This record gives sequence, C-alpha cells and structure tokens, in this order.
Amino acid sequence: MKRLLIIVMLLASPLWAVEPSEMLDDPVLEDRARALSQGLRCPVCRNESIDESNAILAKELRIVLRERISDGDTDRQAVDFLVARYGEYVLLRPDARGANLILWLAAPALFLIALGIGWSTIRTKRAAPAGLSDEEKAELEKILRS
Amino acid sequence: MLIELGHFALILAFGIAIVQMIVPMVGAHRGNAAWMALAEPAATVQFLLTGFAFAVLTWAFVTSDFSLQLVYLNSHTDKPMIYKITGVWGNHEGSMLLWMLILTLFGACAAWFGDGLPTRLRARVLSVQASIAVAFFAFVLFTSNPFVRLEVPPLNGRDLNPLLQDPGLAFHPPFLYLGYVGLSMSFSFAIAALIEGRVDAAWGRWVRPWTLAAWMFLTIGIALGSWWAYYELGWGGFWFWDPVENASFMPWLIAAALLHSAIVVEKREALKSWTILLAILAFGFSLLGAFIVRSGVLTSVHAFANDPARGMLILIILAVFLGGALTLFAFRAGKLEAKGVFSTVSRESGLILNNILLSVSCFVVFIGTIWPLVAEMLFDRTLSVGPPFFDAAFTPFMVAIAIALPFGSMLAWKRGTFERATKALAGWFVLAIACAALAYAIQSGNSALGPIGVALGVWVVGGALADLWIRSGRDTVVERLRRIARLPRADWGKATAHIGMGVTIFGIAAMTAWQQEDIRVADVGERWSVGQFEFQLDGVNQLQGPNYLTTMADISVWRGDRQVGDLHPEKRFYPVANMPTTEAAIINGVLRDIYVVVGDPQENGGWAVRIYLKPFANWIWGGAMLMALGGCFSLSDRRLRVGASSAKRSAKAVPAE
Repeated sequence: MKRLLIIVMLLASPLWAVEPSEMLDDPVLEDRARALSQGLRCPVCRNESIDESNAILAKELRIVLRERISDGDTDRQAVDFLVARYGEYVLLRPDARGANLILWLAAPALFLIALGIGWSTIRTKRAAPAGLSDEEKAELEKILRS
Repeated sequence: MLIELGHFALILAFGIAIVQMIVPMVGAHRGNAAWMALAEPAATVQFLLTGFAFAVLTWAFVTSDFSLQLVYLNSHTDKPMIYKITGVWGNHEGSMLLWMLILTLFGACAAWFGDGLPTRLRARVLSVQASIAVAFFAFVLFTSNPFVRLEVPPLNGRDLNPLLQDPGLAFHPPFLYLGYVGLSMSFSFAIAALIEGRVDAAWGRWVRPWTLAAWMFLTIGIALGSWWAYYELGWGGFWFWDPVENASFMPWLIAAALLHSAIVVEKREALKSWTILLAILAFGFSLLGAFIVRSGVLTSVHAFANDPARGMLILIILAVFLGGALTLFAFRAGKLEAKGVFSTVSRESGLILNNILLSVSCFVVFIGTIWPLVAEMLFDRTLSVGPPFFDAAFTPFMVAIAIALPFGSMLAWKRGTFERATKALAGWFVLAIACAALAYAIQSGNSALGPIGVALGVWVVGGALADLWIRSGRDTVVERLRRIARLPRADWGKATAHIGMGVTIFGIAAMTAWQQEDIRVADVGERWSVGQFEFQLDGVNQLQGPNYLTTMADISVWRGDRQVGDLHPEKRFYPVANMPTTEAAIINGVLRDIYVVVGDPQENGGWAVRIYLKPFANWIWGGAMLMALGGCFSLSDRRLRVGASSAKRSAKAVPAE
C-alpha cells in the first residue's frame, strides 16, 4: 500500500522549474539561456516565466530556447523565434513599439508634469505675501506646542 | 441554528450601517446633536454584530460543520486545527467577512477613541465610514454569502489549497486587510473634511495616526507575504510584480506619500488639497486591489475564486466611491486655501518631491498592472507586462527617492539651506562611495546593481543617523547622545523608518546581485560545494504527515570540517486536494540564507537538488520591520497620544477657511 502511494505521489509530482537534465554544458550559453528564459512568459501558466514554471510547455520552451542558442542564434533571434510562434504575449518585457510607447513613456511624462506642478506650487508659495500676523503666529505656536 | 443567527447578525449589521450612514450625516447638516450622537452606538453595535457573525463562521470551521458550503469547499477533518481557523479567511467569502470585521472595527475605534474630534466632524466621519460598510455588506450578502447551507451535508470536505496550509496564512491576510481597510479611515476623514470645507492642522493631526497605523499594517502584511512567497514557492524569489502583489503595493506607496504630506498639513498648514487627494487615492487603490484580486480580470498566481459578477459589483463600488470623492474634491478643493509659505529650499519642498516620486512610482506600478487589459481592449494586442518592465521602469524612481531622502529630511521647515545638510552628510557620502567601491572590488563579475545598492543603503541609513546627530546641537559626545535619547518619539520613528528603508534597499540589491545558484543531480552520499559551503545528501525518506505524504531529503551543510546545519527539504503531496507542493529548507542567517529544495528522483538514480546562497536576504524583511517599527514609535509620540483632545480647544479658534 505504501509503495503504491509513493508511486502515485511520484506520478503526481510537478515537473520542476529548470531541471538538471535540460541544462547546457557550456556555462556561458547556459547563463544566456537562463537570462532569456527569465524574460519569457509561460503561455499556459498564470503569470510565470518559463524559467520558474513547472508546466510541461514551459519545459519544452526551455529546451527549444537552448537548442536555438546552441545552434548559434543570437539572443534576439532566439526570442523572435518564440515570439513568431506564441505572439508578443510571451515577452515579459513588452517592446517599446506602437501603443506600448504609452506604457513606457507615461510615467516619465507624468513625472515631468508633476515636477512642473510641484515647482509652480513652490513658486506661488514663495510669491504669496510672506509671514503671518502676530495673532496667527501665536495661534500656530499654541497648536504646535500642544 | 447558530449559523442562521450569524447570518441574521450580518443582515442586522447591514441595516444598522444604513442607518448610521444617513442619520448622523443629516444630523450634522442640521446641527441636531441627538442625530449625530447616534453614530457612536451604531458603530459599536455594527462591530459587535459582525464580530458575532465572524465567530460563528470560525466555529463552523473549527467543528467542521460540512452543512455549510464554505466549510465543505475549504476544509477537511484531518486538517490541523490552526489551518481550520486560518482557513476561515483562506477563501473569498470568509476573507470578505474578515474585511468587514476589520472595517467595522475601524469604525468602532473612531467612535471609541474619537473623543477629541469636533462632534460634527466625527458624525460625518462615522457616516462616511458606514457608507463604505453598507457597500461591502451588500457585496457580502448578495454575492458572497459565507452562510450558505448545503441541503445534504457531505461526510468530509475538500480541504484547503495546500499552498495556503502555512502559518503565513494566519498573519499575512489579517495584516494586509488591517492596512487596506485602515485606509478607509483616512478616506472618511478626507470626505468629511471636504463636506465641512475645512482642513487645518488639527485635522492633519487626527488623520495621521490612522494613516500611520494603516501604513504600518500594510508594511507588515506585504513583508509577511513576500517572506511567505520566499520560502513557500520553492525558488526563493521575494517579489514577483504579480498583479495581486502590485494591488497591495500601490496603496502602500500612496499611503507613504500621504503620511508625509499630512505632516505638512499638521505642522505648516500647507499642501492641504494635495493631502486630501492622496487620502482619496490611497483608499481608491485599496478598492482597486480588491477588484484585481476578486474579479480575475488579470491573471495572477494568487487570485481568489474569480467571478465576473463579483468583479462587476466591486467595480461599481470603486466607481461610486472614487468618482464621488473626486467630484466632491473638484468642487471643494478650491476652498482649502493653504496658509503656510515656504521658500524653494525647505522641508516643504523636500516633501513635495517625496510626494511626487512616490506617486509617480505608484503610477508606474499602476500602468504596468493594467496595461495588458488596456492593450487588449483598445489596441487588440495580447501582451504581458512582467518583472523586467517593472525593474526597468520602477527602480529609477526608487533610486531618486533614496538619493534625495537624506537631504530632504534634514532641511529646515519654511526656509532651509543645503549647506547644513551637505556638511552633515559629506562624511556619509564618502563612506557610501567607498563601500560601493569595496563591493565592486570584491564581487565577481561587473554588475553595477550590487555596488549601487550598497551605496544607496549606506547613504540612506547614514542620512538618518546624521539627522539625529545634527539635532543634538553642539556639545560633548556624551551630552549629545543623551540629547538624542531624549528626542521626541516621532523623531525616533522617522529615523528608524528611514533606516529600515536603507536596509531594505541594501538587502534587495545584495540578494539580487550576489545570489549563487546550483542545480544538480545528487546521489545519496554525494558531497559537493557551493560557494564556501559543502553539501551532502545523506538520504531521502518517505514519510506521512497529518494530511499529506512527503518525500523528505536529509542534507547536511558543512563549512570546512564544521557542520553548519542539517536541512530537510520536502516534496509534499496532498491527496484530498490532489496537489503537490515543495517545501524549501532554509538556514536563516544575518549574512546569508542557505536555501535548499529537493526535486524529482532521476531516471539514472539520484535526486535533483537545487541550492541557493542568498546573501543578506533577511535584511529585506528586516528593513520592512524597521519601517513598521518606526511607525510604532511615531504612533506612540506624546503629541498623538495626548494631543488630540488639547487640539480640540485650539481647533475652535482656527478660523474657517
């Protein structure tokens, strides 16, 4: 019975993120493959890169990626190969083309606008009639001290 | 019977919330004291009723009452008692009830501890708070009722998701909800102030403790969640930029901005409308978070049961509250004339920069989180936005904050000079650069991330220390230290929280830049080295847990001839849920974590083993805890403990603006 349970367990056990058997012997190529696979999304998972995922498809993609790299693809070519098949959905770092420019530029643009607003706030504060009346000062003192 | 009583209590609380929403608000408008006074007992009763409902649900889980659908779906008789209890909020309906419990608790707290508030303001705050409760009571009762019975009770339940069977579930969600929901108080105060048309220093002082408490809880909740993910998910990541994580991070960033700008309102009566806007947005992002987690529009690793109808209702709640609040803001913000004036170089300007940087970094997280949705709806592109985007787009703003923080926090109010800060910080600047150079020289490879993180960490921590030091005046060292010890707790809070920020920055950079990884197939008895440690696989055993089966490896860790520890990483299988999990084994250390995961047996014998050395990992959460501790210090400051009631007297004299 116990044996059976163990077998059931092994069958049900998840495949494992990067497995030793998949890894390339050349450490330089393997490092490149790891770096690339961390930026590629597993198409059937919930928001995981193929590097982290336990899904069978992720494993296959990891192997495909390593094959391409071993065959002398550049990083760009290897990634494009997968994008051509699975769409830009697999890119965890969306490229800055077309509408995606909004995604990349919105925050820096907002930052500049906010700086402008902040600067004008500071300027108007400076321009405002300086100082409080003595009465107000005494009041403020009281508030701050309490 | 008990179950039905719980259900009735919840319905009754809903009714009371409706009354509390309307009567005190009208009373405040008409100046009817009796109507206004209704809010306090109503808030208390609301809380007690919700507490009763929550206790009933907990009882049902503890006694495994499978006639309750929720218990059947999420529990099992074999489950250890602690997970029966935490299982109450390990699901959508139960977690909503926890949300309600905390929401009504905050409302009750405002009633219990709000003695110092002007009657009118208090009535309005409690009324707004009740309106939030009304919306969510309706949500719970109509779409997510935890008290649904099954006609034929099954013999046993379907068990809780094994990933959730962890002590992390006991603490992570309650703290997170205390934070999310705590921000509803800041929101209620903001709306009440807009209705009154008045924001003054006293208002700033009342809002701050609530915001501070919410922010603290959120900090602890996020840190606990991150730590939980670190040890539970099996590969030692601590932050994944997952939509659900972002959902908690956005309110945190805005709450941090709100905390700082409320200081300006309190001390200088400036940045009023900005503070109100942040208070509205902070709770708005909390609601957005609830929407993201519970609607399932964004795929995430840890979304709850996804249901479009629920998502729709939360979206309506979000639209009504945020839309209504912003409309009110648009009409009333002009009335909130600021009084304080300040020059370009001043603490006020520094805090404006802080607000800008925090808000924009929140916006980065926001747009990255919703972009897949927008791109699909508007541009017909199915795409993903993942960690590489956030790392690239978010980090620069954090770096800017870290660089500016020591300067800004040291500038004087109203009119400051850079000279004072520069003089005090020069030594720390040199030290930061020296540490970075040292780190660069020691590390292998030439990544800039590690050294930059080291420099920023030293800079921020040093800045906080220099700030304390400069405040001690000129005297002998001993006398200055004595003075530092006597500084108000708020100053200690500030220093501690800022040091925590520096520590976290350092931890994140160090762990990301210098972690070592080793993946291999190991035979039993094999010994291999990773970094300065040696590992030996001593054996692998099959064992049985209370409600799971496990494959447990026995791996000893050596440093030279000395044994550092014995690790037992596991692969578990939960038969009821039919789900496997990995349990990493970790030796926690100040300088590094040793993190070991065992994988599958290999065809040719041996086991897959994964080992990570994660330098300074604990500093990430340690820093977060310091931030929360800083919040504690500030919260216990004399000014906030005794200030409220004495502020009431002076508040009356403050002219309406």
